[in-house]
Amino acid sequence: MASNSSGGSPDRQRIAQQRLRRIAGHLQRPVDGDSTIVAAECKAQGGKPDASSEGRTVPRRRQEIMKWNGWGYSDSRFLFNKKGQAEFTGKRYRLSGMIIPGLKDWMESTFGASLQHKIPATPILNSSAVQPPTLNDAFVDELKSTGIPFSHDAEDRVFRAHGHCLHEIFALREGKFGRVPDMVVWPSCHNDVVKIVELACKHNVCLIPYGGGTSVSSALECPPEETRSIVSLDTSQMNRILWIDEKNLTAHVEAGIVGQDLERLLNESGYCTGHEPDSMEFSSLGGWVATRASGMKKNIYGNIEDLVVHVKMVTPQGVIEKSCQCPRMSTGPDIHHFIMGSEGTLGVVTEVTVKIRPMPEYQKYGSVVFPNFEQGVACLREVAKQRCAPASIRLMDNEQFKFGHALKPQVSSIFTSFLDGLKKFYITKFKGFDPNRLCVATLLFEGDREKVLQHEKQVYNIAAKFGGLAAGEDNGQRGYMLTFVIAYLRDLGMDYYVIGESFETSVPWDRMFLEELGISLVKSHTAVTQTYDVGACVYFYFAFNYKGLSDPIHVYDEIVITSDGRKKEILANGGSLSHHHGVGKLRKKWMSQTVSNVGMGMLKSVKDYVDPNNIFGNRNLL
Amino acid sequence: MFNSNSSMPNTHFARFKTSKYAVKLDPMLKKRDDFEDMLEERRNSSDLRYALRCYTPVLYRGVTPCKSSVLKSMVLQSDHIHYVINQVSKETGRATDDVQEEASAILEEMAHRLQLSTVRFFAFTLSKIFKTLFRSICVNEEGIQRLQQAIQEHPVVLLPSHRSYMDFLLMSYLLYTYDLALPVIAAGMDFMGMKIVGEMLRMSGAFFIRRSFGGDKLYWAVFSEYVKTMLRNGFAPVEFFLEGTRSRTCKSLTPKLGLLNIVMDPFLKGEVFDISVVPVSISYERILEETLYARELLGVPKPKESTSALFKARKVLSEDYGSIHVYFGQPVSIRSMAEGRVNRCQFNLIPRHIPKRPDEDIHNFVNDSAYRLVRAQEENMVLKPWVLLASLLLQKHHQNQAPGQKRGIALEELTQQAVWLRDLSRQYGAFLHWPDHTSPSDVVYSSLSLHRGLVRISEGRLLNQAVIMLSCASYRNQALHVFIRPALLASAIHAASSNKKQEVFNSFSFLRNTFSNEFILCPGATVQDFEEACYLLVKTGVLQVNPQEVVVTERGHRTVAFLTALLEPFLQGYQVSQTNMTLLRYIEVLSSDLQKNTLAALLRLGAVRKINGYVAFNHPCVPVWFEWLEQQLNKTCKNKQAKVQHFSDSDISASMRKQLEFHTVMCIVRIFSLVAGISIRQIQSQTAYDFFHLFILPKIKLKRNEQDTRGEGTSP
Repeated sequence: MASNSSGGSPDRQRIAQQRLRRIAGHLQRPVDGDSTIVAAECKAQGGKPDASSEGRTVPRRRQEIMKWNGWGYSDSRFLFNKKGQAEFTGKRYRLSGMIIPGLKDWMESTFGASLQHKIPATPILNSSAVQPPTLNDAFVDELKSTGIPFSHDAEDRVFRAHGHCLHEIFALREGKFGRVPDMVVWPSCHNDVVKIVELACKHNVCLIPYGGGTSVSSALECPPEETRSIVSLDTSQMNRILWIDEKNLTAHVEAGIVGQDLERLLNESGYCTGHEPDSMEFSSLGGWVATRASGMKKNIYGNIEDLVVHVKMVTPQGVIEKSCQCPRMSTGPDIHHFIMGSEGTLGVVTEVTVKIRPMPEYQKYGSVVFPNFEQGVACLREVAKQRCAPASIRLMDNEQFKFGHALKPQVSSIFTSFLDGLKKFYITKFKGFDPNRLCVATLLFEGDREKVLQHEKQVYNIAAKFGGLAAGEDNGQRGYMLTFVIAYLRDLGMDYYVIGESFETSVPWDRMFLEELGISLVKSHTAVTQTYDVGACVYFYFAFNYKGLSDPIHVYDEIVITSDGRKKEILANGGSLSHHHGVGKLRKKWMSQTVSNVGMGMLKSVKDYVDPNNIFGNRNLL
Repeated sequence: MFNSNSSMPNTHFARFKTSKYAVKLDPMLKKRDDFEDMLEERRNSSDLRYALRCYTPVLYRGVTPCKSSVLKSMVLQSDHIHYVINQVSKETGRATDDVQEEASAILEEMAHRLQLSTVRFFAFTLSKIFKTLFRSICVNEEGIQRLQQAIQEHPVVLLPSHRSYMDFLLMSYLLYTYDLALPVIAAGMDFMGMKIVGEMLRMSGAFFIRRSFGGDKLYWAVFSEYVKTMLRNGFAPVEFFLEGTRSRTCKSLTPKLGLLNIVMDPFLKGEVFDISVVPVSISYERILEETLYARELLGVPKPKESTSALFKARKVLSEDYGSIHVYFGQPVSIRSMAEGRVNRCQFNLIPRHIPKRPDEDIHNFVNDSAYRLVRAQEENMVLKPWVLLASLLLQKHHQNQAPGQKRGIALEELTQQAVWLRDLSRQYGAFLHWPDHTSPSDVVYSSLSLHRGLVRISEGRLLNQAVIMLSCASYRNQALHVFIRPALLASAIHAASSNKKQEVFNSFSFLRNTFSNEFILCPGATVQDFEEACYLLVKTGVLQVNPQEVVVTERGHRTVAFLTALLEPFLQGYQVSQTNMTLLRYIEVLSSDLQKNTLAALLRLGAVRKINGYVAFNHPCVPVWFEWLEQQLNKTCKNKQAKVQHFSDSDISASMRKQLEFHTVMCIVRIFSLVAGISIRQIQSQTAYDFFHLFILPKIKLKRNEQDTRGEGTSP
């Protein structure tokens, strides 16, 4: 038994190293813009160029590398340069440093935005506008003696007072701060968290766990009615892979690690988790567990609930964990399901054992063009029915397809632009697709080469039955790249009076269309991002130009969030409150409708037992 | 239980059922097995045939023995080693192949190469040697049967006591004789330095480990995986010494936990169902290294293990070393020890091949188990009459120290006291081997004659020699485990300001705590020990205990006096180290072992602390103390030449007073060396005084300066 594992290992190692080198090559910005796509390219492009194996992405002072009032890295942003051309700055992404000629037109035509009307964000955080911290002195004194680092610096506190909902970012850009945490602590291991939670209980301090800060459910907002000292528990320094078990294919990881670090470090050993939510550059493992996250490759690897083997969570009642790391148990309701989706109301997830898989030998992107959205959905449904969905399959509607095109970087060679033109000609003129109706599905296949090719053929055959035409790897890949930069794009829009937001829901197959969901928005994109046997996850993106409106947030609220009608409509029409973003405080008023009153009672009684004094007082969910 | 015996290839059991060495036991006390003399058969039959006989031991679940080369590759290919190699290569930036090579070199250096031919060679020569050296080697054959049973059922760990180099050869010799699986033995690297002999030991089942490898992850991994692989697969019983080294004082040493941790691991991680641990007590009537130890305790370096030294030591062959008793104790199941103590679930959460420092509860469990096992060894140690005599002689010697008194003790008086002590010790549960069929005076006489190197009968009186005191003390120490708890209580009563039970208990508790580096006192068992001591003393009519008070009875005074006197040298030793050196009454205070323990205790109790690896006294008068020492040394230095002469000749007949003076100085030097963090071995390689002036004084001065500059802040 022992010899088996070692016998194969040098060979496997060699392959892994080879792959690693290849990936490393792609993580760097390609030298000539349009190099051919290589199979093993990994979607996680965010790796820091200077990242050594021990290097981690997230420093304690996040504001050193990330924007305090917008999405992502400080060095990466869209802007219009002096020539009036859109450009993406920085060096981190494939799109970085490139000119995007189509973006300006798209913004002008779609939103009526104008480069003349700019409304820049407050550039510097004004510390004096931040409430002075309410400190619990006894707690602070005892915390000092533990040696765990903490801070009540205004920047640190503001950074952890928000997620990335539109209204949150909008307020920051205006320089407005509501209730912010009174201090931030950075535990570096499980035991630190145990100490902090003990102290918080002893001194009745409110704790709000903070992972990657990518929440879009107002989950990180401090409840304004909270009078106790609020301590933000930032898990970012708990970011080690504690061990990898190659026999059982599991890895035991500290929960503060962010997705890109987790994948990168696992890749070094030839493994991956395959869990790739769109926020994976910044969102953390603990956050995934706490919100029931979903990754785009769930068809192969599963969602977070399928990946988690073992969780350790520190609660006011003590540490909760299972006594074993078994594949399945019949021991009453799974306690993991109290933890997953608890959204920081019960405790802090500190360590997680996740399933790992050997890195795929071969990856291939693909895309299919359909004459219209309905045909596309029908195709996805058939693929789901035949259970032959590739690692990821996503369907973009016509608006989003156009948006994707608008983000095409300037092509350096005439030949490519000629080819593009030829393709367009073939599809619209020769095949008769209406450019204002066609939509595109993006595909990602993974596995060993032969199977991938075979799989690809099967999917394309199904697509052909629904009038789908293969549209090349490039389009497919750009579709996935979009998910990383779309969040940056919102900041650009906000500079020019365009505000946008996305939300998601999951619906059964027979209720896939906007009308069926009771939504009729002026300008919205729809995308189907995940497919299941019984239904799919649907994303809505919408944005509008608010120049001339007095209180845009209010307008926005009226349209989407607080207009109970919309959400109610979705619920009434068989959609879910959320597929993977979670409930937070934004959607909690619909919880009892979703899970029934008895269900709410069950959840409440768990909360009452685990945290009777509401130490974890972020007031999410319930 | 022993139904399967009939099928055993062993024929020894039937043969000596009526042994003259059978020990009669007080029915009140623990049942212990009878002994058989296994040398008797050797004296009556051919050694050569014995060495060449058919050897077919029964193995664990019928595993086939594993070649040492196969074993090595199993170890090197284990997940554990792979993991650590990768870890080390990551940390140091070395190539994995490089680290892998180092691992395999470590293993090469460590691994045994058990070969039956070598074992047969040893069987032959040892038969010859044992027959010359010893009158008998007595073994409890029921213990052998239990061991045979245990070997078939579970992996076995043998834990012999360690008093002599002889121990592990003897163990293997016995197991070979009784047709049991030959053990692999953890031996110190020192032996490997011996030409030929080292390799021969290796071929007879020894594997060699470095004495210290503190931070070396790779070494630890290879070593622990090697032991665990043997254990998991049950290839051979694993044998090691819990005490870590030979006890120079015959007192059991506090157990070392490293190897015990390793052998418990496969059970704790659920890789084997259970592991049987068999404590083995080996008692020597006279220890081969007797004088060597005493000198070592006084600071003469341990001669380096070498083949030539071994050859030179052949003169011991001409002497009579009495008999050896080997008692194979009841196999202890680790599973049952861990029952209710350890939650093994915690090991489910980490892959087994990933090394992890044991948690506190595991550490405590292993520690407690280790003490229990050492106590099990102690309990089955056979005490010879001489042990009691030595105790009495030592006490008498101190009482007679007043000037003008004649040293020694009348033979009749000694006999009479010995009989008293014999009965007392039996009541306390001692495993005393006192031939009841001979008259007490004969017993005393023959004991004394066996140890004529230590005591001399001159016109009916005994004269003790100074250097020899420590050897005697070692023999006395063999009985300490019987008396230690009552003795602590007796001293506690003596020291307590009143008879109040609580106060006596406090005093007991203090003494017990102070001496926990010195004697085997299970951690956290103060109350049990107190109760046990009370029970024994009440049983023998020495004490009356009621809920409030502890009172010594009229006829109990003799026992109390004996018991307090037993502890007296240790008490003084601890006091001397703490206060000053002028009141040296007990030569035992010079024992480096005592000093080492004292220092450990002082460190533990916070009386001294370590400064950058040195030890400094947490006492405001330290500088004064240093000054006093310097004066003393200057005084004695004038006679330096003469004394060094004494030392190198180790002329025993020289005047005791002078010797004492000399050893006092040696002792001071040693304490300083401990203080200054220099190993003792270095000191003896040079003349003590030169060394002191060259190395220690500067350090002391340096430290004094340090202390001065640090000012008041450092002293409490």
